[in-house]
Amino acid sequence: MRDVWSLYSEKVMEHFKNPRNVGEIENPDGIGHVGNPVCGDIMELYIKVNDSTIVDAKFKTFGCGAAIATSSMVTEMVKGKSIDEALEISNRAVAEALDGLPPIKMHCSVLAEEALKSAIEDYLAKSK
Amino acid sequence: MKRIYLDYSATTPTHPEVVKAMLPYFTDVFGNPSSIHSYGQEAKGAIEEARVKVADLIGARGEEIIFTSGGTEADNFALKGVAFANESKGNHIITGSIEHHAVIETCKFLERRGFLVTCLPVDEYGLIDPGDVKKAITDKTILISVMQANNEMGTIEPIAEIGRIARDAGIYFHTDAVQVVGHIPVDVNELEVDLLSMSAHKLYGPKGVGALYIRKGTKLIPFMHGGDQERRRRASTENIPGIVGLGKAVELARQEMGEEAERLTYLRDQLIKGLLERIDHTCLNGHPLKRLPNNVNVSVDFVEGESMLLNLDLEGICASTGSACSSSSLEPSHVLLALGLSPEQAHGSLRFSLGKWTGEEEIERVLEILPRIVAKLRAMSPLLKSH
Repeated sequence: MRDVWSLYSEKVMEHFKNPRNVGEIENPDGIGHVGNPVCGDIMELYIKVNDSTIVDAKFKTFGCGAAIATSSMVTEMVKGKSIDEALEISNRAVAEALDGLPPIKMHCSVLAEEALKSAIEDYLAKSK
Repeated sequence: MKRIYLDYSATTPTHPEVVKAMLPYFTDVFGNPSSIHSYGQEAKGAIEEARVKVADLIGARGEEIIFTSGGTEADNFALKGVAFANESKGNHIITGSIEHHAVIETCKFLERRGFLVTCLPVDEYGLIDPGDVKKAITDKTILISVMQANNEMGTIEPIAEIGRIARDAGIYFHTDAVQVVGHIPVDVNELEVDLLSMSAHKLYGPKGVGALYIRKGTKLIPFMHGGDQERRRRASTENIPGIVGLGKAVELARQEMGEEAERLTYLRDQLIKGLLERIDHTCLNGHPLKRLPNNVNVSVDFVEGESMLLNLDLEGICASTGSACSSSSLEPSHVLLALGLSPEQAHGSLRFSLGKWTGEEEIERVLEILPRIVAKLRAMSPLLKSH
């Protein structure tokens, strides 16, 4: 349940306070880099792929609480998924997994989805 | 956990003595000041008493003070009132690029109504060059509006110099002094301003009340039409408790201002020095000396403001940021961009505004906690490695 008196859900705050998978992967199989400084959010997402399965994901993010929480959540969601399954992850799914985001912050979930897609595209381009 | 409030520029708590002064005006002295009977006349007396207090604080006369619903209304009133009353003289308005939205948006509205607005740049400290004001004046200029001090980064503008220029050119001059009145001395004659906006809740008064100083003889149209209140310039039954509260807040400010400004300036400089020393890649925004006694605004490289604010809030420290992420516009502060900061630096800004209940202990706590927060966020920042 979202507390109407706070900006973010408990789940968002939990991921914001203790973000999972922070950092970089050495020799990643794919890197996604999205966002721009003007809007104030920049995400970098790294994936390690084994047999078409994402075995590890890490991120680095410059941005607000929602940007950090969606980065953390999307890296959690993607681990263990096949490339095809990972491509199915939508921004809405990331937001829902966080018990929702304020409307003004939904673009952060879009950014998380884009970061993931961009990392996968990078992987697919490299593995061709 | 004891919370630490460092957002006094957003709003101040109402002083307990102000609340005490207001209370009888909800219940005992509840009359409508327009009524002839004793209830009405008592209420009217209270308004006039408050009016004199406000006027005295800024070197004005009682009849030159119009009570409003706050600073935003005062700004709207000044700009629209003068613009529409002086259309036959000209349609040109001069203002600055770091004004409060109450001025900027009103100017944009006036532009859509056919007025021409010149928006002057500021230097790296946020100062307007009075020479630029002089150069911008045309034979169509009817109004100049420049804020006395900036609400985000605290820079105090050369209002008296601009006032002299406006006076010599015979152009009305308005200043938004919302962040200044009650904190440092303001005198409308020294500043040579014709209109000045102020707000009660920035000086330990209640929300929902403010005032506009209008120099005698200034031509402007009424803000609201209706009854005869406020010399027919602002119809509507007066907000008596609010006005009494503003009067009391002004009275207290007058007594305490000198010492309080000195005390806050010391704390402000302690905080600025400490932050710059303890966090590398940090810079002060705004002028180091021509600055409100209570304003600290820094940009911390490689990290975003809202994420710093949230972490501070988790530690009980309440501040604010110019980052887009904390606003609904998703654009970083126009003020910080006008100083020449990059969008990243504007997003990484933090404002601590000090007040009556801020002491050394609070400053020390910020200095202890913020470096840890910045270190944590920098560890996850993709911006850091490129430097």
